[in-house]
Amino acid sequence: MPKPWVMPHIVQRGDVKPVIAWSYRALAVVFALAMGGVFLALLGYNPILVYSTMLRGALGTPGMQKETLKLTIPLALTSLGVLLAFKMKFWNIGAEGQIAAGAIAASYFAYFQAHLPPAVLLPLMALAAIFFGGLWGLIPAWFKTRFGTNETLFTLMLNYIMFYFITYLREGPWRDPAGGFAAMPRFPKQARLPEVPFPFVGNLHIGWIVLILMVVLVFIYLRFTKHGYELTVVGENVRTARYAGMPVKKIILRTMFLSAGLCGLAGMLQVAGPDRQLTDAVAGGRGFTAVSVVWLARLSPAGCLGVSFLFAAMQKGCSMMQTEYRIPASMSDILQGIILFSVLGAEFFLQYRLTSRKEVVV
Amino acid sequence: MSSFVEQVVAFLYAAILASVPLLYGTLGEILTQKAGNLNLGVEGMMYLGAIAGFLAGFYTDSLVLTILFGMLAGAFGAGMYAFLTVSLKANQNVTGLTLTIFGTGVANFLGEKTKLGVPVDTMFMSARLKSLMSPLDLGWLSDLPIIGTLLFEHSILTYLAVLVGIAMSMYLKRSRMGMNLRAVGENPAAADAMGIPVNAYKYGHILVGGALCGLGGVYVSMVTALGNWQPNIISGQGWIAIALVIFASWKPMRAIMGSLVFGALSVLRLYVSRDVADIPGALFSMLPFVVTCMVLVLSSIRMKRENQQPASCGINYFREER
Repeated sequence: MPKPWVMPHIVQRGDVKPVIAWSYRALAVVFALAMGGVFLALLGYNPILVYSTMLRGALGTPGMQKETLKLTIPLALTSLGVLLAFKMKFWNIGAEGQIAAGAIAASYFAYFQAHLPPAVLLPLMALAAIFFGGLWGLIPAWFKTRFGTNETLFTLMLNYIMFYFITYLREGPWRDPAGGFAAMPRFPKQARLPEVPFPFVGNLHIGWIVLILMVVLVFIYLRFTKHGYELTVVGENVRTARYAGMPVKKIILRTMFLSAGLCGLAGMLQVAGPDRQLTDAVAGGRGFTAVSVVWLARLSPAGCLGVSFLFAAMQKGCSMMQTEYRIPASMSDILQGIILFSVLGAEFFLQYRLTSRKEVVV
Repeated sequence: MSSFVEQVVAFLYAAILASVPLLYGTLGEILTQKAGNLNLGVEGMMYLGAIAGFLAGFYTDSLVLTILFGMLAGAFGAGMYAFLTVSLKANQNVTGLTLTIFGTGVANFLGEKTKLGVPVDTMFMSARLKSLMSPLDLGWLSDLPIIGTLLFEHSILTYLAVLVGIAMSMYLKRSRMGMNLRAVGENPAAADAMGIPVNAYKYGHILVGGALCGLGGVYVSMVTALGNWQPNIISGQGWIAIALVIFASWKPMRAIMGSLVFGALSVLRLYVSRDVADIPGALFSMLPFVVTCMVLVLSSIRMKRENQQPASCGINYFREER
């Protein structure tokens, strides 16, 4: 009888050392960039030249570094928000709308309460953004706890509702009467974020300090507080949490409020920082990118900071690529997709191992 | 005919036109979820189908190739998703979302790239190809009052969508394979024990589901956009399709009705005169999404056993973990 061909067998691995795990992931990113290079080469570009232009465009001069940092701030802050929800296995993909909700609330104060002194106005804008961003996130959370409504789709739909609400404000009540086309007015001086020096780069809006503060706070919150412990348990196993007597509903509501509140704060930093007005591009896809960031960072707050910086550099680099080579800037979405696909694939080899059947029998 | 009736017919006709891509996306996602996989990449696969169909039509001027490439592109996206989630057991939510980011990026990229490479204002379909996909004229049938317009004056892609819906309903309810598929979606371990090749079922249906989403994309770029490429052409229709799956409670026939309702919502703005209700355009655009939220909430409140998501949906099946 001929020997039958033996299918490779999948077996679960034990814990993999972090060093090995991270080198797998780094390898996956390198593989993804190589695939992106192949794609570019197929289109007739020299990938090495294009990649080096990207790098130069992202980090070449202090000015460019500053632009990259400006993109990092809202993305990293949004990622921190998304992280809190994901840790609880609550699929908040509504960051886009929560950013917008925060931005609208902040803009209300900038447009209509600008007579307040800046020392009052800016904190007020930030608080309003956190509060309304948080409320916008509480809606799907409440329905989830009450009726088990699917939060993935609910949070997603709320993005579009907020997006069209900004359009409504722009075309109607908040339209700048002085402008020729439908746009909202610029913020008065006192509603703009002050600039403070960032090492080696020069002045950057104060959002970067807020961001670092938040990274530390979220880290402490998750690692050392009762709240952080509770939401982790809910994420691991809801039944365990219930059995241990934890108020699961309250935890979900609280965590989602904080998650969405951070996204709202990111919206405030964006309108009062680089944008200086409310536009319907205030979220600009960051809410979705943040999901990728959190996943790549393996739900670590510091990791979010690092991955956000990489993605921001990629985005900035791709806009440089567009001006120099006329390669559309949506290349950064493609690269983001390939990187994530490849890291998602790499995780398999960290969790499972392929062996022949013989080895298993022995 | 009075002008009011004319208005109503025009509105219903526009609703049908707008419902077709939603129907393709919904049917594709129903098939995928029946295999136990929640693919959030519908939007991305529709983008891939839209650009691939568009480019095939633009460069080859062939109807068959337009449709074929659209379907292949959708299936290609679904293939990546299937490889990652079925074979490599990656998280379904994140993989699907990534597929959306990727598909959107690829479509916008290739669309813009093509625009840069050809003379200004030449990037549209030939009149011949456009007419092949535009509403048919079925002679005396199309000339019937009201019914003629509503039923017999549509693109072949519209009729195909309805046929696919009916066929899928029969397939899921009556055929052996369809029943096996439902077993895979409900309880893959039991299906596996019965000797059903679980992974092959998953791959097959995810791929076909992706091809259907791709076809929806072809419809958007060729019929809705009249063969002119625009950036961000799908603009959330894929997400509405995913919500419609819940609205239709995983039943293809209900998906046909559901997509009509949402098609109507998305064109309502053009048919409500300012005199009746002066509502800003942006709020009208918001409407389908608001209604989707309400549908999500209502369907979660009145949960019925037979109207539920396949039980294993979203959870990867790993044989050794049984």
